[in-house]
Amino acid sequence: MSGTASISKNRARGARRPDLRVIGPLVALVALVLIGMALNPNFLSYANITNVLARSAFIGIIAIGMTFVITAGGLDLSVGSMAAFVAGLAILVMNALAGSMAGLPVLLLGIALALLSGLAAGFINGILITRAGIEAFILTLGTMGIYRSLVTWLADGGTLSLGYELRELYRPVYYGGLFGVSWPIIVFALLAVLGEVVMRHTAFGRHCAAIGSNEKVARYSSVAVTRVKLATYVILGLLVGIAVVMYVPRLGSASATTGLLWELEAIAAVIIGGTLLKGGFGRVWGTVVGVLILSLIGNLLNLTDFVSPYLNGAIQGVVIILAVVLQRDTGAAR
Amino acid sequence: MTAPILALRGVTRSFGPIEVLHGVDFALHPGEVHALIGENGAGKSTAMKILAGYLDPTGGEVLLDGTPIRFAGSDQAEDLGIIMIHQEFNLAEHLAVDQNVFLGRELKRGWLLDHKAMRARTAELLASLECRVDPAEPVRRISVPDKQMVEIAKALSRKARVLIMDEPTAVLTERETEVLFRQIERLRAEGVAILYTSHKLGEVSRIADRVTVLRDGTMVRSDPAAGLTQDDMAAAMVGRELSDLYPAKAAGGAEPVLEVEDLAVPGLVEDVSLTLRRGEVLGIGGLVGSGRTELAEAIVGLRPRSGTVRLKGRELAPERVAEAMRAGLVYLTEDRKGAGLLLEKSLRENLTLPLLETFGWPLIDRRREEAALDKAIADFAIRAPQRGMAVGNLSGGNQQKLLLAKTLLSDPDVIIIDEPTRGIDIGTKQQIYGLIAGLAAEGRSIIVISSEMPELIGLASRVVVMHAGRKAGELAGEAVTEGGIVRLAMGMEQTARDNAA
Repeated sequence: MSGTASISKNRARGARRPDLRVIGPLVALVALVLIGMALNPNFLSYANITNVLARSAFIGIIAIGMTFVITAGGLDLSVGSMAAFVAGLAILVMNALAGSMAGLPVLLLGIALALLSGLAAGFINGILITRAGIEAFILTLGTMGIYRSLVTWLADGGTLSLGYELRELYRPVYYGGLFGVSWPIIVFALLAVLGEVVMRHTAFGRHCAAIGSNEKVARYSSVAVTRVKLATYVILGLLVGIAVVMYVPRLGSASATTGLLWELEAIAAVIIGGTLLKGGFGRVWGTVVGVLILSLIGNLLNLTDFVSPYLNGAIQGVVIILAVVLQRDTGAAR
Repeated sequence: MTAPILALRGVTRSFGPIEVLHGVDFALHPGEVHALIGENGAGKSTAMKILAGYLDPTGGEVLLDGTPIRFAGSDQAEDLGIIMIHQEFNLAEHLAVDQNVFLGRELKRGWLLDHKAMRARTAELLASLECRVDPAEPVRRISVPDKQMVEIAKALSRKARVLIMDEPTAVLTERETEVLFRQIERLRAEGVAILYTSHKLGEVSRIADRVTVLRDGTMVRSDPAAGLTQDDMAAAMVGRELSDLYPAKAAGGAEPVLEVEDLAVPGLVEDVSLTLRRGEVLGIGGLVGSGRTELAEAIVGLRPRSGTVRLKGRELAPERVAEAMRAGLVYLTEDRKGAGLLLEKSLRENLTLPLLETFGWPLIDRRREEAALDKAIADFAIRAPQRGMAVGNLSGGNQQKLLLAKTLLSDPDVIIIDEPTRGIDIGTKQQIYGLIAGLAAEGRSIIVISSEMPELIGLASRVVVMHAGRKAGELAGEAVTEGGIVRLAMGMEQTARDNAA
């Protein structure tokens, strides 16, 4: 940790010193791309790349928020279920309104509802963790179960599908785009840049790292600890809402299995990217690299018949463990 | 004189290219208390760690009973009866006191733990230390001085031939220190060799038979304690005559700047009122645990409180530490590592943390931060080998100076400094005393909380003494004496003097 902090500083002062622990995730990403190119000529095709990126966008958008939560010493296990619940709720309400209003207003209301309910869900997590003092792991384990069960109940055990007309109207949000780049990719990229700037160059980002590093020191340094921690969960909730807005038009439905294990993929991406699980140091660009690494592994296994795609989870697991081992070395090098 | 148990002969030690010990020779004899003193960074810790098997010497040799030995690690040294008590506690917070005392050397009956025997033995050890902690209490729930006593009990429970103590009294009150000294004297009588370090030279004169002074990794003198005055020791440590340690006291104006009325923190502080005037240094004395720190934390808004606090006539809301800072009231914590600094972050990130918003919004201006760090390094004479290094790797004195710089960044009018010189060397102490006097001369008002009597007497023109959460009394001018403070701190003279004043 201290190593990475001083190194990033050295870089800022022009003394460039390559360090595997800092650039490790980037090296892994480049290696994956090279392997992909060698194994399958279609790997770098426009269709495949946009496909991988668009699929990464949902987890990626959530993982950006997760980076702030983890950096500030927190954790949120509920994001996958939260996404499913928010999606189910938005679909249900849009379907209910569809008869009485024109398509576009319904759609806009649905989007607003998704964003608001994400925000509210994040606020509930945050307020219970900061004010009621419930351990983040336990609380979000609880809300994870609650949201998952609520969406199953809303869908009555089946699938909630958006009405046909609305679905056609909504489609372009996932399938459309600018200059051949689809909207989810654009939104993901913009949020990633914004997140990186906020993390590295604003008081909020610095406060997150200070709280994760030592909450007591932050409190004694007049940092509004409760407010900053609450804000990380609210931001994460809002980002879940944005991810849902991008996700619903892809399939036009939500079910009990929507967003299953997203929380673990998001957390894994954050850790692979070099953010410390115990908090105190985070980097958003690392998280983006982590998301890409995870989805490229899945993509590569699908494109080649070298290893069975059923082993996707095993390989991702190995990558996660390797990333944590690298982190531990960072600590020992202090 | 008897043959030494453990000795260093021409020992050098390097970290990377830097040699930090240059040929140190000294010997620990049975039945002798050997004090090792020196400024922070003089190489005391390194020498102790070599003796206790935590570090290998780069050159020279360690002799045990006259034969050279190379410890495989501290475990081997412990098995040979060389026990070190660390300055930072090595206790498992969630285990009970007795479990900690016997950690790794549990008493057993067959293959089961003998809880009863361990508990009884722990109770015996603690009783000999006059420590009234329940052996069944989890360590996280006992006070800091008690933790130190548990560490000592742990060392006593091993059959120690050599006991190495790294600043054992830093967190102890004078009374507890006396108890510790009686134990040290008992061990000395039993023929244990004791190596002792402390920044408190009064204690060194009191307990040591022999004093070795290190300066910049070199042994500058090693003499029987009997012929050494405290001034001799200080001069040898610093390498120059320390003229007056304390600067002249500022007079202080008449205008009250901080007024505290009937302040209470449930269970910790009751009905404390005090007034601080412009340009004044007010001392707060009392035993550790008498509510001094809690009082200060409540005043600045780090703890819930009742009662009123007025700063320059304006009332401050409780539990609003950021508002208090903006109004001009700040607090420098006694817990430098736990509450003061982010040890794994850089100097710059630590310095600007309380006031980040003023370094640019929405984006922080890195250049302004660097400029502020340049100024702090110059103003406070902070010595950091690298600018980007983690604060945890700085020496204690430099950490304290950085913490001062950080606390003063908001240009406050009133500064409460809790234990301004805990665990730092005499040279840095003098710098900090000068700084405090300088702040008062600029018209700022300062409260100094300290367990060191000479510090209170040397710095403060008025001293408020706490006892058991209450203000036991207030001393001013000529009445500020060691005896006066002690009597109040022990609760011997409830408010009598206060009423007279």
